[in-house]
Amino acid sequence: MLFGDPVRAFGVVSLMLLAALAIAPAKDHFSEWHGYQQRYLSLIRDRGDAVSLRRRFQPGIRQVWLPELGVVDRCATCHQGLQEASLADVHQQPFREHPAIPHKLDEFGCVICHRGQGAATTVAEAHHSERAGEEPILPARYIESGCGQCHQNALTGTPHLSQGRILLARYGCVSCHTIKLADGSAMTASDHPPSLEHVADKTTREWIYSWLKDPQAYAVTATMPNYKLSDADASDISAFLISSSTPRAGDTAAVEVASTAPADPSAGASLYGESFCASCHAVQNAAGNVVGGDVGPELTRIGNKAKPEWLSAWLANPRSYDPATLMPHYRFTPQQIVTLAGFLKNKSDADYGAGVHLAPATPQQIAHGKKLTAEMGCAACHEINGVQRPENFAPDLSRIGSKPLAQIVFLPGMEHALPNYIAAKIQQPRAFGPGLKMPQFTLTTAQTDDLTNALLALTDRSYTVPDTLRVAAVRDTNYQPAGHAGKLMSDLACFSCHRIDGRGSDMAPDLTWEGSSVQRPWLDAFLKNPNTLRPSLIRRMPRFNLSDGDRKDLTDYILAVYQSPAIDPDTAPTATSPPALVEHGRQLFYSRYACQSCHIADAKTDKGYVGPTLTAVGSRLTPAWIYAWLKDPQALRPGTIEPNQNISDEDDRALTAFLMTLKDSGGQEAKR
Amino acid sequence: MMRRSNVCLMFLIVATAAGCKHGAATSPVLKATAVGTAIVASSGGQQIGETGTALKDPLVVQVNDDHGTAVPGALVEFRGPAGVHFDPPAVLTDSSGQATTTVMLGTIAGRYQISAVTPGKSKSAVIQVVETALGYQQAVGYILAEKYCDRCHDPESSAERVSNYDNLEVKPHPFTEGNILNKMSDADLVAIIQHGGPALSRSALMPPYGNTLSAANLRALIAFIRAVADPPYQPAGTVYAQK
Repeated sequence: MLFGDPVRAFGVVSLMLLAALAIAPAKDHFSEWHGYQQRYLSLIRDRGDAVSLRRRFQPGIRQVWLPELGVVDRCATCHQGLQEASLADVHQQPFREHPAIPHKLDEFGCVICHRGQGAATTVAEAHHSERAGEEPILPARYIESGCGQCHQNALTGTPHLSQGRILLARYGCVSCHTIKLADGSAMTASDHPPSLEHVADKTTREWIYSWLKDPQAYAVTATMPNYKLSDADASDISAFLISSSTPRAGDTAAVEVASTAPADPSAGASLYGESFCASCHAVQNAAGNVVGGDVGPELTRIGNKAKPEWLSAWLANPRSYDPATLMPHYRFTPQQIVTLAGFLKNKSDADYGAGVHLAPATPQQIAHGKKLTAEMGCAACHEINGVQRPENFAPDLSRIGSKPLAQIVFLPGMEHALPNYIAAKIQQPRAFGPGLKMPQFTLTTAQTDDLTNALLALTDRSYTVPDTLRVAAVRDTNYQPAGHAGKLMSDLACFSCHRIDGRGSDMAPDLTWEGSSVQRPWLDAFLKNPNTLRPSLIRRMPRFNLSDGDRKDLTDYILAVYQSPAIDPDTAPTATSPPALVEHGRQLFYSRYACQSCHIADAKTDKGYVGPTLTAVGSRLTPAWIYAWLKDPQALRPGTIEPNQNISDEDDRALTAFLMTLKDSGGQEAKR
Repeated sequence: MMRRSNVCLMFLIVATAAGCKHGAATSPVLKATAVGTAIVASSGGQQIGETGTALKDPLVVQVNDDHGTAVPGALVEFRGPAGVHFDPPAVLTDSSGQATTTVMLGTIAGRYQISAVTPGKSKSAVIQVVETALGYQQAVGYILAEKYCDRCHDPESSAERVSNYDNLEVKPHPFTEGNILNKMSDADLVAIIQHGGPALSRSALMPPYGNTLSAANLRALIAFIRAVADPPYQPAGTVYAQK
């Protein structure tokens, strides 16, 4: 009997106890992480700074615990070199130094950005687990999604995340899917899909049919997705859209032109160029390159689409067809309208839609078309007569970045990870089931990755992070200028290019302080006939044929209202200065500050192509503005690239005096 | 913080022609209908992207025969160092003899040598292109350089930006000019950006950006300049005295 002898029993129990006591240390000793720590020690042993590395080495489990963020990360147990700058030449994992980022690792931990299981202490558990509620490490290309959980604003260092957010709005994703952000706001679409209430005025049923079948065949840059419609369905929808369209007076009227002389064949192209249509509209050239802006629709085959009368009416005043259009009301003369419409009409492709012949629509077809239109959610983007805008048409994506893997049905052969699922859903949505409604978008791999980044940022954690960490998005204000000038600015769509008081686009200069900046005669002449300020600029302000009264109202408003409180014209240097000061300013301009590297002050000698030409700056800008601008350009226009050179008051006065002598010599603006 | 992260750039990754599992994996499915004897790069080389991301433009190569005529239907395999992925890894040339793939960079910052291989009649034809992967800090520097520096420092004009390089009496150094810029220390580069050319007795045409760019932005710019230097930047060994 074993326990017959108490001494022996005591010995056995003691041994068992010893063995049991040894289990924990032995487990630690033979654990994966201990092996890595041993390897780390041998890695640093022969390095020059072995002593200091050794001193900072922490044996055992290393943990970052951040209760507020829900972070328990033990990654540094194996990743010992994360914060060792001297290990920058080590590329062997898990010992690489963490690349430089703006945050301290101890304050945020690892899983907030990288995902995975922070508390795990084995390689497989930490990096690859995909059990319910757990998720694998995020591939590096989606790392910016981590930033997006707190940063709703556009960061310099997260171009993919920012681009993804832009694409979510631009491709109309948020027209069908709701995306609520942690601050309670919802993402809104920016693509401005056209209303179809009067579509029959604009185009033909045949064009709608061809477009529905393959939008990108009409325009490679089209953002409308392909619904993979059958011929019959496309025919029925086109029949319904035409039949539901109501005519709008004005879309069918012919333009009266006094002169019947045949137009110069190049006049259309010239007018298209002079009006800077290409700033917003792209055209695909013979080489297949798309050239032009992406604010308005691509015009490569506009002649196939637009009816001539509608096109003329649109050019005469786009706002009467679409009050919210981004296109300015150009105030073209009837002759110009005929010329430009004729030019655009010729932008057509004889092969496009050539084989489309639709039999007249039957009531059954129209009814079926209406049913399809409602089912497919067309009205989520487009205004359609007789079809209500659907509410919550597609799944809410507000927390898609935390969707548990257990809730996801993956495609066969697909890696079980959330980013793969999201990317596949974006790239080939119909592969997930035959009855799914989401259409096929035309996106590059990079665009899909950007979108995936933006969606992965929509995590549960993005709602729970402390407010102190949250950085709000910079949203457009709803600034609206008042009175007649305000109406004119809406009509001219100033905000499509300019930004004022936090509203508008950044294509053209911010005009928030324009009244402090420019002189009245210059502004008046510029509105009459805009000239180029920056020689290297491709996009320019178009000419709007404004009446004298309208021009005066706009000039008055801009000069009176867009005044910077930081600029006091009364205390600024006067417009005229002693010649010695002017000469001193000239020397400073050319030698000390070498302004000619970016600006042209004398067209004969200077070549600077970066900033605006200054040959007539004394006729354009106010001395107060020049003085304040030289002091601190970013204070007046945040983000401008002209550096703040910390110019002394004395130098600033001399430079301002010199610049104010650069007057418009010929008075050409006034003559024109 | 971690100002010498650019050191990792010295990690020049050299492609080993046969050492890659990508490319070989799916090629048996593709049946080449023709063979070419030469391969040339059409576009998509010399791109800069962030680590682990897909390059913006696809890599396009063209397979030609002895007379320089494009060969459609030839098999092209793309190969790169570990961590680089291609979509697709192997492809048949289209009707204009071109093969197109999307390149996904690896997770380590540095240069990646990519090969496109087409099996010829007797031996394979290979073309190699280099793509650059930037870490976070370098990528920030890239964006800043595009905004503030490239108008003068990049001699090439783009559709959106006309280069000012030719207009300058004293020519700025393009950031790829490794043989000049590699010899300058980080401190000198910071000084010249902060205080302008005269800080180092150079041209005043280079204005001071010290009041415009933050210290972090300056570090990012230097990291970027080091990342794109050609020949590659080799830091002067580990310096322990730095913070």
